[in-house]
Amino acid sequence: MSDGKDTAVALDHVSKTFGEKQVLRDITFSVGRRETICVLGRSGTGKSITLKLIIALTKPEAGHIWIDGDDITQLEGRALSRVRRKMGFLFQNAALFDFLTLYDNLALPLRRLTEKSKQEIEEIIDRVLHQVGLSGDREKLPQELSGGMKKRAGLARALVLEPEILLVDEPSSGLDRITASEIDELLLAQKQHTTMLIVSHDVHGARRIADRFAVLDHGRLAALGKPEDLEHHDNETVRRLVMEG
Amino acid sequence: MTEKKATGLTKGLAAIGSSALFTLRVIKDAFRAPFELPYVWLELTDQGWRSLPLIVASGLALGLVMTLHTRTELIKFGAGAWIPEIQCLSFFVEIGPLVAALLVAGRVGAGMGASLAEMRATEQIDAIEALSIDSFKLLVVPRVVACFLALPLLTTFMDFCGVTSGFLSEHFLSHISLQLYLTRAFSGVEWSNFVPPTLKTAVFGFIIGTVSCFFGYTTNEGAEGVRKAATNSVVMSSLLVIVADVILVKIIFIMFPGTAL
Repeated sequence: MSDGKDTAVALDHVSKTFGEKQVLRDITFSVGRRETICVLGRSGTGKSITLKLIIALTKPEAGHIWIDGDDITQLEGRALSRVRRKMGFLFQNAALFDFLTLYDNLALPLRRLTEKSKQEIEEIIDRVLHQVGLSGDREKLPQELSGGMKKRAGLARALVLEPEILLVDEPSSGLDRITASEIDELLLAQKQHTTMLIVSHDVHGARRIADRFAVLDHGRLAALGKPEDLEHHDNETVRRLVMEG
Repeated sequence: MTEKKATGLTKGLAAIGSSALFTLRVIKDAFRAPFELPYVWLELTDQGWRSLPLIVASGLALGLVMTLHTRTELIKFGAGAWIPEIQCLSFFVEIGPLVAALLVAGRVGAGMGASLAEMRATEQIDAIEALSIDSFKLLVVPRVVACFLALPLLTTFMDFCGVTSGFLSEHFLSHISLQLYLTRAFSGVEWSNFVPPTLKTAVFGFIIGTVSCFFGYTTNEGAEGVRKAATNSVVMSSLLVIVADVILVKIIFIMFPGTAL
């Protein structure tokens, strides 16, 4: 499963339990290089936890998760850091560090994880902030940003290390349609050179971005395929999620 | 019933174990690069500088009140001349260190516990880990180191304020001069009455920092966790500071027998 050179992320019979509740059951699917998969599902079906498992913020009870051929569930310390550096994560509420300005939020990983000079860091941050339309806000603290700006700032921080794989948790939650569409545009711009896994409730946005949908239902992978193929799926939940959102 | 007791006991032992491991990790990581000096400085400013008004106000008030309480009794026995020395010794040896520590436990401990718990609830700690940065080293160690360094400094300020307001109070009541007050205040005071009790507050700082960070960093209960972390940080760190004080006073007596009043 991990051997495919065209596979960026592969989940292999992954199960996850919290207390007595089994959130994910025997999930198996893979994401090709530069492919975008949108994970759909009703609330509480384990979509967000799937992303956290992929970046090893939590460990599964069973199964393996392969990132570029490395089983991240077995890694610790530096080996884990090396694999994590291939990934960027946009959290649902952006999770910007509230004690740092927007500039420092982006500079933190560059200062810590790269040997880049101050000048180079400055240039990268300017470029990324321009890309997400926040050039004039670099000295603002997170609490001074609106919801949409926070999302864009979170995306900028996720992109600052130029990850090969981008994990995105609910990019449009809490945003109006227009702002959500702007975030979708930013994600579309990444699509050509990044592997993306996007958890979303917004089927309209997901249809624009995704190559394939993975639909979770009661912790199981109910369907995996192109959006148009899933419109006629046997499972009613899958059909409703894909058609209605 | 027995099963409930056993579960409680298991949970208690697990909590002791995890807090002990947390403490060991703080000590180990404090001596491991990178040393996060900018973040230590940031925390020192927050914990030290911003606690200063509270420490100064409390020191001045306590110094004043203590003089008013002691002078009536001492004058009855014709021992009014001892007021400066008693004031000075009591502040240096016990009141300054303990009160400063308890005030810091209240102000800083609650703040640290709540801010880390909020960072956990808002996924900021997850975001740091996702960036391949050691969140423990970045968030916990600078806070504990800053608390360790700030408390002896704050205690010195509290001692100074206590003695100053003691003098002002005596000056207004008995018109004693500053020179005479200081001569009497420091006549029976040795370095060993000041240095070991002040340095023991570094241990209090370590306790407050570690306990507060433990409750804040390890919570996983969202908004309720923030409230619990703030409350538990203050209660547990205050309690442990008092227990540590008893132990450290005994150790100081053994190491510096002359300090026993």
